Amino acid sequence: MQKQIKDILIVGVGGQGTLLTSRILAQVAVQMGQDVKVSEVHGMAQRGGSVVTQVRYGEKVYSPIIKKGDADIILAFEKIEAARWLGFLKPDGKVIINDDRVDPLPVMSGKAKYPINITDKISQLVPDTQIVDATSLAIECGNIKSANVVLVGMLSDAIGLPPEEVEKAIKKMVPEKALDVNLKAFEEGRKLLSNAS
Amino acid sequence: MKKLMLGNEAIARGAYEAGVSVAAAYPGTPSSEILKEFGKYKDVYAEWSPNEKVALEVGCGASIGGARTLVTMKHVGVNVAADPLYTFAYTGVTGGLVLISADDPGMHSSQNEQDNRGYGRFAKLPVIEPSDGQEAKDYTKLAFDISEKYDTPVMVRVTTRLSHSQTLVEDGECIEPEIKDYQKNAAKYVMLPAYARARHVEVEKRMQLLKEYAETSELNKIEWASKEIGIITSGIAYQYVKEAMPEASVLKLGIVHPLPKDLIRTFAEQVETLIVVEELEPVFEEQIKSWGIDVKGKEYFSVLGEYSPELIEERLKNKELDNTLNLQNEIPPRPPLMCPGCPHRGVFYTLKRMKVTVMGDIGCYTLGALSPLDGMDACICMGASIGTALGMEKARGKDFTKKLVSVIGDSTFVHSGITSLVDVVYNQGSSTVLILDNDTTAMTGHQDHPATGITLQNKPTKKLDLELLVKAVGIENVQVVDPLNLDDLKKALEDELNRDEPSVIITKRPCALIDNTLSKEKYYVDIEECNGCKVCTRIGCTGIYYIEDDKKAAISNTCVGCGLCPQVCKFDAIKKVEG
Repeated sequence: MQKQIKDILIVGVGGQGTLLTSRILAQVAVQMGQDVKVSEVHGMAQRGGSVVTQVRYGEKVYSPIIKKGDADIILAFEKIEAARWLGFLKPDGKVIINDDRVDPLPVMSGKAKYPINITDKISQLVPDTQIVDATSLAIECGNIKSANVVLVGMLSDAIGLPPEEVEKAIKKMVPEKALDVNLKAFEEGRKLLSNAS
Repeated sequence: MKKLMLGNEAIARGAYEAGVSVAAAYPGTPSSEILKEFGKYKDVYAEWSPNEKVALEVGCGASIGGARTLVTMKHVGVNVAADPLYTFAYTGVTGGLVLISADDPGMHSSQNEQDNRGYGRFAKLPVIEPSDGQEAKDYTKLAFDISEKYDTPVMVRVTTRLSHSQTLVEDGECIEPEIKDYQKNAAKYVMLPAYARARHVEVEKRMQLLKEYAETSELNKIEWASKEIGIITSGIAYQYVKEAMPEASVLKLGIVHPLPKDLIRTFAEQVETLIVVEELEPVFEEQIKSWGIDVKGKEYFSVLGEYSPELIEERLKNKELDNTLNLQNEIPPRPPLMCPGCPHRGVFYTLKRMKVTVMGDIGCYTLGALSPLDGMDACICMGASIGTALGMEKARGKDFTKKLVSVIGDSTFVHSGITSLVDVVYNQGSSTVLILDNDTTAMTGHQDHPATGITLQNKPTKKLDLELLVKAVGIENVQVVDPLNLDDLKKALEDELNRDEPSVIITKRPCALIDNTLSKEKYYVDIEECNGCKVCTRIGCTGIYYIEDDKKAAISNTCVGCGLCPQVCKFDAIKKVEG
């Protein structure tokens, strides 16, 4: 049976923009007349820790959190965060990973190792894995912080969100002064997908 | 029109629609956004109070004065406000008063996971519990009617998952705020014993009326499906149940105290197996069992942490998760940490080097307890640092204070540190208190407080001068230092720790996330000079890291140029990027 609800997990490191990303996606769902719930992360978890925000939309959504093994797609702003939350993905789900490395504190201080070839391991487990260098594209667009919106560009096509609706949502959710950079980042993300396929 | 709203925004909207004109709070995750949102509405008064007790007292006054009033706090904040709360339950209200208690199952950002439904029973207050954003708005609005009809403050209990979820919410009609006439009524509002005895009688009568209301209210409703399993639940757990057990019949409780005994009995009689699904404490389960009704609950579920749809499915359907997508074992943990440029970092680095015992407090700086700073010995609750240091001194003697400090943030000091500092002076303590003044309430999202000089509604106000205040309390040794200057900081600590008198060091530097004065100068590691000693990684900053292959340190792109790491490098290997 086809699932009635789209479940999207957005994972990363506190400060990378998971919150804004989830709000843009939720806004698109609202514009498309869907019921939508977003579970956000505030407070202590924001301080450079591992964060996950969750977006669920469809005709009728109850729980704001996604069941393990049920997410349609994981959007990861950092490599090992994709691996950390992989258990939430359904077996034939999709992963989009920004090929960026942010060392956790135990790694920075030499107490733990950053796992090597982690994206290869994810690709082995999840055939539909796409790895992109969103950070470089974001810098080209004018602000490293817009890497999240590059990924939104990729995601939007992957789950069939009309680009004009996403643009409308970005215009609504992003502050005026950062708008141009973000719209450009969104375009670059979409191009990335058409090049990949 | 339906709009996406955070649960907390929906509560603010509900209060506004109910005609609330006065609101007070101390910020606490997950409640903090409610008052900020409410303060944006036209013609309302909203304040950050120094602490939750004061917030509720302001609320009591506004209510007695005839206004509909909103008071918000996190679960542990209700502990601070408990004293006025229990007695305000006796006096009742003039204008409706609603207290929001935002509980935190799973402790996303809290020091315990207490279940504040317990306060409802203990203080004899009605408690209502919404399960999504729309209900958060509607129930908050309705709570004011209940408050005035039954002459009682009403608690609306929410949890993190509701406060911090966005859902679609439909705006409603607004009632014009109306201030009821004030009439002196000492027998109702002056709780000296003779009057209080009479009020207790009223409280018990009111609880009886509220029980009758709970039996018939639409807030408690049965959703019939298969009668094989009947589930009693409330709040966010209701949403998890609907997701996980669509085939079960559900009694959804919107009024969670007092409980509708007859309705529950009727439901119980019609289902084969009755199960309570409630996060945290078995509050419903124990009451229902006490009525001789056969019900299960904590046999299946834990009193620990948050629930989820999959947990409910797992426990009630005996379904094991078959999960092949697991790379957990290979992933190092990523704990939260102080931001690059955080003014607290230098403080904990120095305290660790000086091997000082640190009595800590609640705020961003609690992260100083984590490795590699390891800079905290104890942390109990808001405002506890100074008092615990005094207690430690009394237990271990005055000499111990040569290596003992308490650390407390500016907002926390105003919240409930002041009274402990008075105690230190009065009872002749001699430890050193560090007030980490970062000019904001950083942890909860940068709210203002009396010492920032700005109000919740963004008006400039008289700024509390911490230095003068501390002197007025009777502390004679007060120093103000820049925590990003490690030499100055160390010198101040040495001076004050060696004194036989109490002293206060105010470390003054705005939170790195709001600081416009940080140089933004870029640094680099001169690899000719770096000898790979790793000392720079001991400050625990994401701005600098160690490359194992090269045996050298390197600066990352998160560096904000605070200049702390060059001060700890013994080889002068960390240099400014010129130009």
